[in-house]
Amino acid sequence: MPEYVLRIRRYSPDTGAAARWQDFTVDLEPHQSVLDGLLQIRDRQDGSVGIRSSCQAAICGSCGVRINGRPHLACHTHLESALGTSGDGIITVEPMGNMPVLKDLIVDMDAVHWKKIKRVTPWLVNSEPVPEREYVVPAQSMLDITQSMACIQCGCCVSDCLSMEVDPLFIGPAALAKAYRFVGDPRDGEHPARLKDLAQDPHGMYDCTHCFNCIEACPKGVAPMNQIMRLRRIASADYGIEDDNNGYRHEHAFVRNIERNGLLHEADLLPDSYGGKFHPRAVPALVGSLPAIVKALMRRKVTLGKALGHPHKAPDDVKRIFKVVHQRPERRELNLYVTGTEDEDEPTYARGGPTDGSSAGHTPAERSPNA
Amino acid sequence: MPAHDVLIIGAGLAGQRAALAAAGAGATVAIMSKVHPVRSHSNAAAGGINAALNPEDSWESHAFDTVKGSDYLGDQDAIEVMCREAPDEILWLEHAGVTFHRNDEGLLGTRAFGGASAARTYYVADITGQALLHVLYEQMMKHHRQIDSYEEWFVTALVQDDSGACCGCVCRNIRDGSMQLFSAKSVILATGGSGQCFKPTTNALICTGDGMAHAYRIGAPLMDMEMIQYHPTTLSGTGILITEGARGEGAHLYNALGERFMEKYAPNKMELASRDVVSRAEQTEINEGRGFPDGTVALDITKVPRKRTLEALREIVNIGRDFAGVDITREPIHILPGQHYIMGGVKTDVWGATPVPGLYAAGEVACVSVHGGNRLGANSLLDTLIFGRRAGEHAAERARGMRMPKASEASLQDERRAINAIVRRERGSGRRVSEIKLELGTMMNQNCAVYRDHEGLMEAHEIIRRLKEEAKTAYIDDRGTVFNQDVLGALELGYMLDVAECNVVAALVRRESRGAQYRLDFPERNDADWLKHVVLTADGADVPKISASPVAITQWQPGVRSY
Repeated sequence: MPEYVLRIRRYSPDTGAAARWQDFTVDLEPHQSVLDGLLQIRDRQDGSVGIRSSCQAAICGSCGVRINGRPHLACHTHLESALGTSGDGIITVEPMGNMPVLKDLIVDMDAVHWKKIKRVTPWLVNSEPVPEREYVVPAQSMLDITQSMACIQCGCCVSDCLSMEVDPLFIGPAALAKAYRFVGDPRDGEHPARLKDLAQDPHGMYDCTHCFNCIEACPKGVAPMNQIMRLRRIASADYGIEDDNNGYRHEHAFVRNIERNGLLHEADLLPDSYGGKFHPRAVPALVGSLPAIVKALMRRKVTLGKALGHPHKAPDDVKRIFKVVHQRPERRELNLYVTGTEDEDEPTYARGGPTDGSSAGHTPAERSPNA
Repeated sequence: MPAHDVLIIGAGLAGQRAALAAAGAGATVAIMSKVHPVRSHSNAAAGGINAALNPEDSWESHAFDTVKGSDYLGDQDAIEVMCREAPDEILWLEHAGVTFHRNDEGLLGTRAFGGASAARTYYVADITGQALLHVLYEQMMKHHRQIDSYEEWFVTALVQDDSGACCGCVCRNIRDGSMQLFSAKSVILATGGSGQCFKPTTNALICTGDGMAHAYRIGAPLMDMEMIQYHPTTLSGTGILITEGARGEGAHLYNALGERFMEKYAPNKMELASRDVVSRAEQTEINEGRGFPDGTVALDITKVPRKRTLEALREIVNIGRDFAGVDITREPIHILPGQHYIMGGVKTDVWGATPVPGLYAAGEVACVSVHGGNRLGANSLLDTLIFGRRAGEHAAERARGMRMPKASEASLQDERRAINAIVRRERGSGRRVSEIKLELGTMMNQNCAVYRDHEGLMEAHEIIRRLKEEAKTAYIDDRGTVFNQDVLGALELGYMLDVAECNVVAALVRRESRGAQYRLDFPERNDADWLKHVVLTADGADVPKISASPVAITQWQPGVRSY
């Protein structure tokens, strides 16, 4: 059997010693998992290596760790593919990020992950009247929230969330995906209150910066960022919730900016996000942003000429896209989770890694605005 | 010392349902689990949950299928309770937020499942158990004021008062290694199964038979322990489960000659016969040389329309790709029978009460017995919820008006001493815990599997006796207090050895073939002598004391079982 070297981040609070790296060699088949490697180490070499694990089939969500720096379920990562991403032939395994380490590969999920989950009222608030039998709801709506129900609370997305790294108070990808599970559920009676709460929270749905890390990190195809974007679209388009964080205005300014220019005109976007250049709200925001603007000019990210007179105007095909979308009687959401048609040829999931359930062949699904 | 009306050990579906029911009945509740509740093994039940909810269906039909599936060993009074209460439970779950599949009219939709005469399995894609577990945890978060949740606490022993009633437990806080005594008026075991006694198994690493061993050690009887289910479709090596939902959606089984062999064994129900029947058929094909060289047969899901597979069997599309390198929508996948479930467990009545006062059990740890010799697919989730709820209600009722017992500190000291003794054992003083575990699992999967005989079972028992001795000196590496998973592994090994011994002894005792128990030396069912439960008690003796308990028959006399 081939040998693999696992370099494990060790830390034991019992000893008081600082965290250190320790190398172990395991012999396993290439298709066996990094968790198999860790368990072999525990069984044969050192039983004190700490890692949570249970199902070994990517359903319990216990064994989230960072492998070669990126979050994965250890049971869901083949040794061979881990070797491939290792660079130097040594597979590094360390605890997830954004959460305090308790021992070795075990992090305190209560202190971060579960606290955030509890923040979003994570239970169904039944819409009244509660029927005697089941709620009658569109089949599609249940399929739609199955994507966020597929979340196993492993914490991989939390580990890799860049916004949370900057703002530890950010509610974060897992909890916001959980929030969508209720906002997308027609049986829930609190949609407006939930949306308003998440929009108004300065660490809420508008705190996400679209870095896509959570989508890449998720081993179950939950695509948390997509759920956050859905929350935003529902909050702004369906409920017109204008928040104090300027999220609503920023989104609308962005859309208008593209409609007008085709390419983003950054100098307009900032003031427009606060209500326009001459709005009292915009003045302090602009003054506050001066250092960033100066820095951008100095680094030539923008030039003065381009910043003041944006040379680009929206071409006809961009205008046409906007026209088509504006003319639709209802907003459409793509359900990228359940994909594939009877007669198609290309497998829809074959193009990315295990996390990529959304690459091709999707069937657009109608989403009626919240009834 | 923490004290609660109802203390629940284990936080999978049975435990959480019990907690919600007990809290709903006004009791103060503690629920304790060695893992975070959503890590529980209820997650793995993929296919769905049975209930005769359709107006065209009837609970009697569901009950009869269950009785027949059990090979007439199930207790019919308990089966009636379960099937009668199933529809309301589904509606309770739906109202609690479970995102059950809907049909085109927006009503709850069903799929077909093995051994059932109607399509009565309700489901959420193929993550039904996961969806249920996470929705119950949502409800636990909602009711956090009434329910104290002790997550990552490991129970080392149950505690009894002078009269023999169960009045609490001793446990270890995994996070810091501290030991704690808990008092309770009623204690409910909901610790799940014991699949780790077998290797490979579809069961998670946490399924080490803890509750069965705890109950057995304080004198509660275990029943039907010989009835161990091998699931027909698991991946070789890893034991990962391919849901029965695949066959429910229309997948076929083939041997290496390309024959759809179920035609020989179950001409009517074919792939959807009871699990024991299908597993035996596969094992026969493999044993008689018609399997593939890797000792498997083929499951062909390409029969199912691709879109339907991607929609309803998404998880096994992923499993095929990630764990077997197979695109199941395009080619067959190789499978074999694998240890999956134990029908037996702590003997209870229809309220989950065991013969030990104050001690209840629900879910896979328990044996009511609704599954008898063989459990039907999609009846396990139902079992956990119905009897979890009933145990929760009854335990709360028992606690009402009762004075809080005080668990004795002596047991805390005993447990502390026992753990320290394990931690202090010198390296090399004996075998590694992991070695003993591996030997046990491999042996059980050979000697106590789909086909059994006297000789193999006798050998198994001898080996277990030896392993029990070796476990007394087995050593571990970790001397720490924070997340010392090593020492927990040593304790779990002790539980597994107790449970495995009961499995083997019960299989030796039952000299007939019924349900999951197939004795090569007694190949026929023998109602005259063996239409009864095998019951085992510790009773102070070194080996289990054997007795029998009658099977409750209400309206279905034992008949020929063919599919």
